[in-house]
Amino acid sequence: MSIPTHRPVTRIDAKVAAVKAEGRPALVTFVTAGDPDYDTSLQILKALPKAGADIVEFGMPFSDPMAEGPPIQAATLRALKAGQTMARTLDMVRAFRAEDDATPIVLMGYYNPIYSYGVDRFLADAKAAGVDGLIIVDLPPEEDEELCLPALAAGVSFIRLATPTTDDRRLPAVLANTSGFVYYVSITGITGAGSADPTRVAEAVARIKRHTDLPVMVGFGVKTPAQAAAIGAAADGVVVGSALVNVVRDSLDGEGRATAGTVEAVAGLVRALAEGVRSARPVAAE
Amino acid sequence: MTVKPNSFRTGPDERGHFGIFGGRYVAETLMPLILELDAAYEAAKRDPGFQAELDALHATYTGRPSPLYFAERLTAHLGGAKIYFKRDELNHTGSHKINNCLGQILLARRMGKTRIIAETGAGQHGVASATVCARFGFPCEVYMGATDVQRQAPNVFRMKLLGATVHPVTAGHGTLKDAMNEALRDWVTNVESTYYLIGTAAGPHPYPAMVRDFQSVIGKETREQILAAEGRLPDVLVAAVGGGSNAIGLFHPFLDDDGVAIYGVEAGGHGLDVHNGHAASLTGGRPGVLHGNRTYLLQDDDGQILEGHSISAGLDYPGIGPEHSFLKDTGRVTYVPITDEETLEAFQLLTKVEGIIPALEPAHALAQVVKLAPTLDKDQIIVMNLCGRGDKDVFTVGKLLGFDL
Repeated sequence: MSIPTHRPVTRIDAKVAAVKAEGRPALVTFVTAGDPDYDTSLQILKALPKAGADIVEFGMPFSDPMAEGPPIQAATLRALKAGQTMARTLDMVRAFRAEDDATPIVLMGYYNPIYSYGVDRFLADAKAAGVDGLIIVDLPPEEDEELCLPALAAGVSFIRLATPTTDDRRLPAVLANTSGFVYYVSITGITGAGSADPTRVAEAVARIKRHTDLPVMVGFGVKTPAQAAAIGAAADGVVVGSALVNVVRDSLDGEGRATAGTVEAVAGLVRALAEGVRSARPVAAE
Repeated sequence: MTVKPNSFRTGPDERGHFGIFGGRYVAETLMPLILELDAAYEAAKRDPGFQAELDALHATYTGRPSPLYFAERLTAHLGGAKIYFKRDELNHTGSHKINNCLGQILLARRMGKTRIIAETGAGQHGVASATVCARFGFPCEVYMGATDVQRQAPNVFRMKLLGATVHPVTAGHGTLKDAMNEALRDWVTNVESTYYLIGTAAGPHPYPAMVRDFQSVIGKETREQILAAEGRLPDVLVAAVGGGSNAIGLFHPFLDDDGVAIYGVEAGGHGLDVHNGHAASLTGGRPGVLHGNRTYLLQDDDGQILEGHSISAGLDYPGIGPEHSFLKDTGRVTYVPITDEETLEAFQLLTKVEGIIPALEPAHALAQVVKLAPTLDKDQIIVMNLCGRGDKDVFTVGKLLGFDL
């Protein structure tokens, strides 16, 4: 069924190697494209690497984000209300790339807006804009022919989510066409819900690493610099999302508009998280 | 376009596809559970004891078979084809929803699950879910859009009486699709303990096929009953489609009978020309991916899902079961929209001429029967699925007709 594919080499691989050479976990930051508006969101995007983010996940807003908790649901609604579209999200990536050709950008979201845009057109435009990878929540390996295999052919990494319910029997299928990194979802649940237990995360990461040489980044339930340090010690990197979009929310004025402090508030948390991952000490020998 | 198959009754394939529709578009956390459910359902289908227990419950608890009723006065009134109603509104809980809920609760018990969640729009599926949970001793949590909680207050109270917890969903616009999102979020959080009892023939595989199978009791009985009454198959079948479970239940056993014309009736709301003013996914939408399957969806140019509108909360869903999308593209079933206004007229007509208060969902189907019957000969036969009774809707209709209830 699946055609043999090679793993695309993107900015993700170079960045992961550079971070590994520093002997610390990577900081992956998620924000929603267009939240709270186009201009502020683009400023936030540009500020992320300067504040210490290694990899940027940029959320493509979708009206029905089934795996998201209230923070990212709200961020999505803010972005859509401000007129965000797929074309505008790709415009933002292009604008970012004009100034930064090193920081990997991974688009994260749901399949329908891509399907609606047209898979081939999307992949061509995303690649040209400077997108390195995709995380599509509702495309499991059973549906690889939809987008995963075309993405690999187009030179875009397809990053798969592995979860606590992904058992050893299923892991090989989940990892088969994954490239860039593996995103380990540390809890069964939605984004921004519980907090992950570092010991269990370490076990899960070790289990995944028995099946792949790809780096494993851990997300869902990482909110603070201390958690980033603790979880980061057990993995190749941590993903922080809901905590950042909550900072956006808290910085808005009474009408939900960005304020002078919005961009700096996000950058401030990213700097603290970057210090967190730099203080991480490996818990277990690999 | 999907290629016309030799048989319309062979789908889905092992990956859950009806032509290009269906599939399993879910988060990885759920995927192992979906595969487990698929295997459990396949095993149950092969177990004669499973079907025997379901049949026995239908006979003594649901009240099956539901009668096939010749609507003599309506037939005379419309002056064309003979009109029969498959009276699934007489089922326990007042609609076809119990057919599916009993099947799935037996499966949940068989799988060792200890907690049931469900989504509901009009509340008919919520009531049927709460009913089977009470009957089998399961805790039941129902997700219902906050807007629907308000406009379907009697059903909310029924669910609470039956021991269910009703969670009003304020996310999005507070209707059925938002309730389904919230149920999926619950399931992804409580995967080990929880069985998600989906109410319509949509969602990730195996739900569309499984719900269809449980609802096909409608069509199987109809086939036997019409043969007994008329000695032949009907010329026309008509059913309302929201998610499409009552319709696929009636249609499926007849799909390979060339002489049977089939109509699925969508919620045309204020009219298809009114932006976001209808819930007609098939006649006013285009293919996309939502809630685990590829199917026709109401969506904007950017692939964002629209809310839709219908007088009937049970049809107010921006998607449709994937098998209906397949049947539309192959041309086997004709899908038509019926407006709120036409529905209200049909609702009142049936009440006055036959003494049956229909739910607003089958009142849509009835409006299509009103259009079709006079165009057919007197010896032709229409069977319509009267899939729910209208008790729950009297407040909505009363308000629209200016009665102060």
